[in-house]
Amino acid sequence: MITFNNVSKTFRRHKVLDGVSLTIEKGERVALVGSNGAGKTTLIRCLLGEYLHEGEVSIGGLSPRGHRKDVLARVGFVPQIPPPLKMPVGELVGFAAAVCNSDPERIIAMVRELGLDWDQVRRLPFVKLSGGMKQKILISIALGRDSDLLIMDEPAANLDPEARHIFFHLLHERKERAVMLITSHRLDEVAALVNRVVEMDQGKVALDDRVADDLEMTAKLDGIIRLTRAEPAFARAMADWNFVCNDGGLTWTGVVGGPDRLRFLGFLARYAGLVAGIELK
Amino acid sequence: MNALMLTARLDIAESLRARWFMFYATIFGGIVVLLFVFGLTESRILGFTGLSRLLVTYIQLCVAILPVFILITTVRSVAGDRDAGVFEYMLSLPVPLAAWFWGKMVGRFIVVFMPVFGAMACASLYALVRGIEVDWNLFLLYTTLLVALAWAFLGIGMLISTIARSPDVAQTGAFLTWLILLLFLDLILLGVMVREQMPVEFVVALAVANPLQCFRTAAILLFDPQMVVLGPAAYVILDAVGRTGYLIFAIAYPVALGTLCAGIGYHLFRRGDLP
Repeated sequence: MITFNNVSKTFRRHKVLDGVSLTIEKGERVALVGSNGAGKTTLIRCLLGEYLHEGEVSIGGLSPRGHRKDVLARVGFVPQIPPPLKMPVGELVGFAAAVCNSDPERIIAMVRELGLDWDQVRRLPFVKLSGGMKQKILISIALGRDSDLLIMDEPAANLDPEARHIFFHLLHERKERAVMLITSHRLDEVAALVNRVVEMDQGKVALDDRVADDLEMTAKLDGIIRLTRAEPAFARAMADWNFVCNDGGLTWTGVVGGPDRLRFLGFLARYAGLVAGIELK
Repeated sequence: MNALMLTARLDIAESLRARWFMFYATIFGGIVVLLFVFGLTESRILGFTGLSRLLVTYIQLCVAILPVFILITTVRSVAGDRDAGVFEYMLSLPVPLAAWFWGKMVGRFIVVFMPVFGAMACASLYALVRGIEVDWNLFLLYTTLLVALAWAFLGIGMLISTIARSPDVAQTGAFLTWLILLLFLDLILLGVMVREQMPVEFVVALAVANPLQCFRTAAILLFDPQMVVLGPAAYVILDAVGRTGYLIFAIAYPVALGTLCAGIGYHLFRRGDLP
């Protein structure tokens, strides 16, 4: 469905992409990982037809630059940094739905599903929303229409656990009929969402590997964490994960979304000296 | 609604919410209020009294203020949006590039023209209510000249925004453009060039090419087409093409220049990196 054929991009004699060749088929969920400056954002901008480049990029056989309207109508894009739009959320949703020939009610339903009060946020300037709220709006615009190519730059970074779970559920619903390209600095943020990992380094594909994961994206794991002693900083962090404790801070119970488990274990690793036992099932 | 109108509407709504627009509208509204307060409609100059006197003064002030306002606000907004990532997101939506570029141009034109026109129109209405004489031919002609001037500088602003890759460079470019055009007005550098006996064709060509000079000459020739007021280059041009010919040129040329600049801007925008 997506083909990058020997794609290179140079900014003022600095080669940011260097002969990238990739083919991504329908049903593939690709994590595009790499450090800052590896070329992830440039590759995405080439895919969106926003950058001129050497080589060829095609989506469903069409060039995104030459057939903008046809190609981008299929693309749901969530940028890493939300644009500083002063317009009210309602206006942004209305504009996006109109240019995509989509029903704004579908986007609004998605906004509600992600836990936002539409009647409250619709009149607020987009730029004044919190990071998490902005991300929910942009995810709703990307998913609230018939997009079968989802390009998401750190999409779940600012979401609370509940919204993350709903988001994973929404992605799960589309996993057979859509292509997903999810970028991140860290593989553990997105590993459980994807079935293929492409790592970029200095403008080249450094690794292209498949991921085998038996756990469904919508799975939820019951977690029990036992500590050797109570720790206030740990308690505050666990509250963010919606975990509760009934014995003075020693035993914590809660639910972790399946795709979040690597991230959760990464967080626990910071308190490895305190942890007496971990159970996730 | 098509994508061009949607983009224009979006740009208008974004501009109306911006602080610069409030400032811009206040300036032009304030000028008219001040002209009334200082009793300009009661005074007489070169035979002009009533609202005509006010309009003549207002249009002279517009020569100085309007172009720099249009240039700076356009480049800050367009280049600023690109720099802040607005283009990256908005152009990931299926908006045709032509609709995006020309929609912005149309929206911005309405936003920059309406306060200037609105102030003039309000003054005329107020004059009617107060029983002050209104010269509607002059009003119509000045409105058309303002349309031409606004369109010319909007086109130049869009071209600068497309070429410059950062808001700072765009703003500097816009200011320098305005300064150069201002310096080459008849009574400033052109006057010096005439005194230094530079080729008259060259001086006249510069005067003809300068949209600010066109606007100024056309505005002045309506009430005092004397060489001492017009300046030597304008006087020579006026002598060659006549009053009506010059008025047609002063309206058609800035519109053509603005369209050409915006057209080049669009060509570069379409052929370059978008964000």
